[in-house]
Amino acid sequence: MIGQLTRTERQIALVILICVAAFGLAIAAAGKDDPIGAHGWLIMVLCIFGVFGVISGYFAPEPSEERLDSYYDEPSRVGIVLSMAWAALGLFVGDWVAWLMVDPALTFDAAWASYGRLRPVHTTAVIFGFGGNALIATSFYVMQRTSRARLPDQLSPLFVLLGYNLFCLLAVSGYLLGITQSKEYAEPEWYADLWLVIVWVTYFVVYLRTLARRKEPHIYVANWYYMAFILVVAMLHIVNNLSVPVSFGSAKSYSLFSGVQDAMTQWWYGHNAVAFFLTAGFLGMLYYFLPKRAGRPLFSYRLSIISFWGITFLYMWAGSHHLHYTALPQWVQTLGMTFSVMLLVPSWASAANALLTLNGAWHRVRDDATLRFMMVAAVFYGLSTFEGSFMAIRPVNALSHYTDWTVGHVHAGALGWVAMITFGSIYAIVPWLWKRERMHSDRLVEVHFWLALAGTIIYVIAMWNSGIIQGLMWRTYSTSGTLAYSFVDSLIAMKPYYIARAIGGLLFLIGGLVGCYNIWMTIRTAPRGVSEPSIAIPEAPLAVIPGRPGAAPQSAE
Amino acid sequence: MSVEQRDPHSGYLTTGHEWNGITELNTPVPRPVYVFLILTVVFSVVYWVLMPAWPLGSSFTKGLLGADDRAALARSIQQATATRSAWTDQIAGKSFAEIEADPRLMADVRRAGHTLFGDNCSVCHGRDARGGKGFPNLTTSSWLWGGSPEAIAETIRVGINAPHADSRVSQMPAFGRDGILKRDEMENVVAYVLSLSKPPALGDKVAAERITAGKAVFAANCVACHGAEAKGNPELGAPDLTDAHWIHGNDENSIYADVWGGLKGQMPGWEGRLTPIERKILVLYLIDLRSKRP
Repeated sequence: MIGQLTRTERQIALVILICVAAFGLAIAAAGKDDPIGAHGWLIMVLCIFGVFGVISGYFAPEPSEERLDSYYDEPSRVGIVLSMAWAALGLFVGDWVAWLMVDPALTFDAAWASYGRLRPVHTTAVIFGFGGNALIATSFYVMQRTSRARLPDQLSPLFVLLGYNLFCLLAVSGYLLGITQSKEYAEPEWYADLWLVIVWVTYFVVYLRTLARRKEPHIYVANWYYMAFILVVAMLHIVNNLSVPVSFGSAKSYSLFSGVQDAMTQWWYGHNAVAFFLTAGFLGMLYYFLPKRAGRPLFSYRLSIISFWGITFLYMWAGSHHLHYTALPQWVQTLGMTFSVMLLVPSWASAANALLTLNGAWHRVRDDATLRFMMVAAVFYGLSTFEGSFMAIRPVNALSHYTDWTVGHVHAGALGWVAMITFGSIYAIVPWLWKRERMHSDRLVEVHFWLALAGTIIYVIAMWNSGIIQGLMWRTYSTSGTLAYSFVDSLIAMKPYYIARAIGGLLFLIGGLVGCYNIWMTIRTAPRGVSEPSIAIPEAPLAVIPGRPGAAPQSAE
Repeated sequence: MSVEQRDPHSGYLTTGHEWNGITELNTPVPRPVYVFLILTVVFSVVYWVLMPAWPLGSSFTKGLLGADDRAALARSIQQATATRSAWTDQIAGKSFAEIEADPRLMADVRRAGHTLFGDNCSVCHGRDARGGKGFPNLTTSSWLWGGSPEAIAETIRVGINAPHADSRVSQMPAFGRDGILKRDEMENVVAYVLSLSKPPALGDKVAAERITAGKAVFAANCVACHGAEAKGNPELGAPDLTDAHWIHGNDENSIYADVWGGLKGQMPGWEGRLTPIERKILVLYLIDLRSKRP
């Protein structure tokens, strides 16, 4: 990794690492009586390891000038490996939490293993660890290819990737220590948030600089989505995390917002995190890897314009549908609901665009599990966006809110859409990045596909059932005009579905581990070969005959 | 340099751009997309006209239907309360005995009581009201603070060792930790207390000696609350030690631990949380539950 940096970049890396290490030491000293102290030490120790890492490669020969004629894929390779590691952790903790709902004793009486701490470990590890790393890794890859431009320098993309992982690590370890600002999907405290701002702004700058150097006159759809993802997440993150720390040596901070304003800000953030992190970013992946793998031109450029601007404009308004029938004024709820309904068409337009792109390549969907991952992802994307708009309608929400239906909906999106498109893209990109002929085992990709699909379906159907039963039990009145069931009654009725959900999650976890093994073996042992035109930046666009792309890799054939 | 090409499969032209091998077709947007887009927009506009929707500085558009969540909620609570008053008024007005004698009212009590108990009491006392270690079984005839409907109602209202001003207050001293009794004295008194509900085997001389010694300790230290007969005192929340009901366990170790460290059970007062009618329903629910189980 260090060998790819120029001498100057190695020096800058050292300066950054030493500065951050000093910052960590300062936090450790100021917060010696606070949980933040442990994080100070963690930051310092990691940076010192980094310093040794840089020094050990410091005197390696500098990369040649010829590097500038090829793409820079080192951050993408590291990102893919980190992404799969986070997937293994996040899916494991997720299934643990699922079993915890079946048997509450599985916390082993330890504070760190309580539901309230493990659950954000699960969500952060899968969304930000697994999803975020995959987004960063693929975005660098896609941006360079579709712009025919190398990343602007060698250091800043690595800084973005590793800095982002430091944030994830601080987040997850913080929850176990009891550090949280109790905002869903924005749990990390002020110092981790500030660090992420630095990292994320750098990410945005790297992206803009690459874009500015592009040799393609037009910007491909995938990059619109990646850009929207980076820009909007920066905005959401900064606004929702505005807060005042108690002191430099304390992990605790107080939000700038309170009461219903706090709730609205949080769900403006929360829903747009779904929109721009879990949707826009992964649509970027879909728009590159699906046509590439299928070897088909994108179905419709015009449709992609409608989807993109529809999603970008309409999603921003939809967050208040998380707060139906609360203290939030009714007019805000109306806007959230109606914009959610209008959002359906642009969302389905994306799913349709993806599926119609496969026309002429369905035989490949049949034969190639990697492409099938992407196809199923598009189907689940359509399914969960329909469900989302439906659940945003107030009377429907009256039944579904606070029930497991919401959990089922989230996982239809997270497992069926986000994870499937990510696994599909990773299986496509791994042979390209490591210059292998193909994956170590196509059969294991097939196994992973069926485990993931079965796990998702079991999970989602279990949660639909339990959610609707819960919702109905909570609103059933007896002939005396009082509630017919206590909360505990509904909890007992949930138990069989909780078991089914945990089994579905287990299948998904096993699939993920099979994927980790397969990717590891591909990197280690698969025969070297070229499955993608070289990493050299072409002087001119690749000549491609639509429908018969010589450039598209077809490892499965 | 853009060269449109025709896709042999779909017959459409590409846009002429190409990114690392990916091209796009210039397929027109399918008509249903426009149709449904317009439909959802029309739905939204109609909804905005009918319902509260857009902010206007310090106010907002009220909508033609005049819908108002708060008013609707108040109305539906009022309606539900009015419907329930058919029987809740009788619960409020009649005595415990009168209600118990009315099977139709008791059916209402069972339905409402099940949910009230499940949501408020079952966390400690269990869904079946049979309690658990440290939490009294409410289906027996043994009641710390009295088992009459009035006594149960008062316990629910004020709680035990609770912040409520009228809270029932009770504490058993920590005889061991505070050095009031010595170890052998405590062991003897435990033997005595145990013998009240589980007589020792005949002819066990050691046990008999310990019980005799324990009885003296009991007389000197325990009778003030538990009474000379050890039958307890509901005025003080002191349990009957001669019956088969034990909140904190009736094995030697458990009783020794209680004597050594003392006891101060707690129950919240429900006056601020449940209405008088709800509390009365709970009392009747418990009496009904108790009557079904010998």
